[in-house]
Amino acid sequence: MKERTGTTGLVFNEPLLWEMGRTGRSGMSPPPRDVEPAEVCEELQGKGPDFPDLSEPEVVRHYTRLSQWNFGVDSGMYPLGSCTMKYNPKTNERQAARKGFASAHPLLPDELSQGALRLMAELERCLAQITGMDAGTLQPAAGAQGELTGMLIIHRWFENRDDRRTKIIVPDTAHGTNPASAALCGFRALAARSGPHGILLPETIEELMDDETAGVMVTNPNTLGLFEENMEEISRIVHERGGLVYCDGANMNALMGLVDMASTGIDILHLNLHKTFSTPHGGGGPGSGPVMVRKELEPFLPVPRVVEDESGALRLSENHPLSIGKVHTFYGNFGVMVKALSYILSMGPNLKRASELAVLNANYIKELLKDTYHLPYDRTCMHECVFTDALQQSYGVTTLDISKRLMDYGFHPPTIYFPLVVKGALMIEPTETESKETIDTFIESMRSIAREAREEPDLLLNAPHYCKTERLDETGAARKPCLAG
Amino acid sequence: MRYLPHTEGDVAEMLETLGISDMEDLFEVIPASCRRSTDLDLPRPMSEWELDHFMENLSARNTIDHDCLLFLGAGRYNHFIPETIGAVLGRSEFSTSYTPYQPEISQGTLQALYEYQTLMTRLTGMEVANASLYDGASALAEALLMAVRVTKRKKIVLSTAVHPAYRKVAATYLKPTGCEVVELPFLPSGRTDLSPLDEVAEPAVLALQSPNFFGCLEDLSRAAGLVHESGGLLAATFTEPLAFGLYRAPGVDGADIVCGEGQSLGIPVSFGGPGLGIFATLEKHVRAMPGRLVGKTRDRSGRRGFVLTLATREQHIRRERATSNICTNSSLCALASVMYLASLGGTGFRDLARLNYDKAEYLKRGLAGAGWEIPFSAPTFNEFVTAIPGDGEEVYRRLKEKNILAGVPLKRWYPDLSEHYLLCVTETTSRDRMDMLVSEVRS
Repeated sequence: MKERTGTTGLVFNEPLLWEMGRTGRSGMSPPPRDVEPAEVCEELQGKGPDFPDLSEPEVVRHYTRLSQWNFGVDSGMYPLGSCTMKYNPKTNERQAARKGFASAHPLLPDELSQGALRLMAELERCLAQITGMDAGTLQPAAGAQGELTGMLIIHRWFENRDDRRTKIIVPDTAHGTNPASAALCGFRALAARSGPHGILLPETIEELMDDETAGVMVTNPNTLGLFEENMEEISRIVHERGGLVYCDGANMNALMGLVDMASTGIDILHLNLHKTFSTPHGGGGPGSGPVMVRKELEPFLPVPRVVEDESGALRLSENHPLSIGKVHTFYGNFGVMVKALSYILSMGPNLKRASELAVLNANYIKELLKDTYHLPYDRTCMHECVFTDALQQSYGVTTLDISKRLMDYGFHPPTIYFPLVVKGALMIEPTETESKETIDTFIESMRSIAREAREEPDLLLNAPHYCKTERLDETGAARKPCLAG
Repeated sequence: MRYLPHTEGDVAEMLETLGISDMEDLFEVIPASCRRSTDLDLPRPMSEWELDHFMENLSARNTIDHDCLLFLGAGRYNHFIPETIGAVLGRSEFSTSYTPYQPEISQGTLQALYEYQTLMTRLTGMEVANASLYDGASALAEALLMAVRVTKRKKIVLSTAVHPAYRKVAATYLKPTGCEVVELPFLPSGRTDLSPLDEVAEPAVLALQSPNFFGCLEDLSRAAGLVHESGGLLAATFTEPLAFGLYRAPGVDGADIVCGEGQSLGIPVSFGGPGLGIFATLEKHVRAMPGRLVGKTRDRSGRRGFVLTLATREQHIRRERATSNICTNSSLCALASVMYLASLGGTGFRDLARLNYDKAEYLKRGLAGAGWEIPFSAPTFNEFVTAIPGDGEEVYRRLKEKNILAGVPLKRWYPDLSEHYLLCVTETTSRDRMDMLVSEVRS
């Protein structure tokens, strides 16, 4: 291949914060004191925390150097499966940082926060349009909290009908958070096996679904990157037995403008604004996990809800007696909502094109790597494709080694060892914002790594070679946890 | 569209590689009945210039501190944020990365989170802190669920002086668990009445907020003694961590779990979110703790490095037996807070806390002098309750007409506290502004 993208550059060693500084330094100038000191209750007074004192240049250099040890979407392709690491537009950041948004207090009277309420109403409307669902809430702070909200809605729905259900079906191709979210609502997760082609078969659901089962929690497209073709039939079976269908929509990036999610028969759907709608993931959050529902479930959504009165003014309404309650201190991660709406307004109906290209990129990678890496399910995929290390194992290298070596080539590794249904999984999600040239370089790099696995396996076993650190001892870290300095 | 790099030529080449002629062929697997028959009904794409105008207009329809004298706190605080936070936090190596699953190329996020965890233990007086939860309310809910796991008991005692939204979120999380919630009333001092605790058999946890929703400091050491006697845990929550620059940290007073909101530490108010869920506990409870943890370790050459650790507690490994379902948390806000605390330093943090306190006392005295009642006698931090004598609602309304919002009305959550308002003062509330309010009240 032509020159590798990854190379070394000068990065710096940097101490921990409290190994730096001198008492008495300051990196900030708060507003001046303009009042006299008042008396303080001595009995309650403390010494204050032991934080290091640093100057402004020290703080800036410290965190700049730390940032250089990191890899983001802006650094390079980040094909982390099921995480939709697409480009995060810069204008979105500018919009969220506007003083009128960033400084808006959540307890302002409704008439003084019409801009924020209008933004939320508009985003809800757009998400309903994109998914085909009837109504929604923006309150959940992340995908897993969206799942929890969905499960609470299901719990409340049955409680309201005096129908006690204790189980919920979760297929082996669902997202990892699903069983834990269900368990928080007291549902026991019933594992459903996907069929021979990686998708769920109606007969599996037929067998598991009874009148003690609340329904099913499907991820569509699933974590194998496959569209659940039998959703309509599965939904029919679940509904017939009084259950509800929850869909994890974290992989919605494959389907915008292409699929009407409501027509797959689902009742509840969560979205991840930090995946599909381009808001940055921030090294682990904050995210936002709106939950969309069918009309019948609208009364159960969390409060407060944004409602419009006859004059066109918006207000926050608490008066929804069937509501599950509240999952966030205020109304959810508003700052993230601003970014997501900025993206939707910038894209408009082109969202469909984004999904098409995301699917095209994934299929292109699948096609060009399937002779090099074992492909357990050889069929048209959606936004991601899943390979394994089966062909490389005989050289003594594994999925972990392949992914560590990929760093040396300048790429973030894919999601590895997930989904569990595939042994040694390499789950690759390129997203639509990677160009054909980048994708070609990625493919070439993966092929080159497969060659190295055969000819020079040590290169993989000792990878990464060009990062700030070599492979880290994760076992030792867990055995003797050192969680604070 | 500028975010999509593919030319028509690229697409044609890629389709050819796939042996298909039409993009539509990729979607053949989707049953026709599930396909959208019409285009998305969204406005035509806005140019960046149009988007700027649209958002400028929308944001201008919110009233901010600049347009109006706002004395609003109640869980979100308007503190000064230095420019350095935005500049360093905006480094896209931090902001555009995912959860650091691959530690060798995520050392920046990991070391910063390790620093955050450390500073949080020092702030709260606890032994371990996690890498953040969503916000203060869900942190409290998680603390209660954790206490139930640790004690294997199902009775939760919750003060009514805890932020009403926190109580509502806790109730929402607890509803399906069948746990019983006992609420404690508050005393004329503004502190929680701990005496009903005697009658609660086998409590899993007592949850107090300090400073509480009324701004009043609770007697945490007494509360810890009482609940420990009956074998339960003390969960201390907070909405204003700056208070620990002046008052003793909850850990010092014997709390078993300290959890709350970190928005005050360098994160904009942003209409209530994103926030930062701070969560800390004792080492002996670490395996029952929710959320991600960063640990220190070594690489193959013995160099210091950091990794996500103790993942066996988490949802992706333990599935339905996990300590929580949380995955994405509030990492970037945690980074903002550690950068903010690094900028302030220990000295600056104590000074700033004292300034907030002194200013709030200044306004308290001023309003009392102007005839407003200060009903609660317990020491407060940067918030306090006033009762407006006479027709309080009318006075509040008249002030609002003059562009002064004299705090948050409490009647909505506490029907007995009609005509009562919760006022907040921070370092950004100048003496002039406080004087303006007082002189309006006098007139």
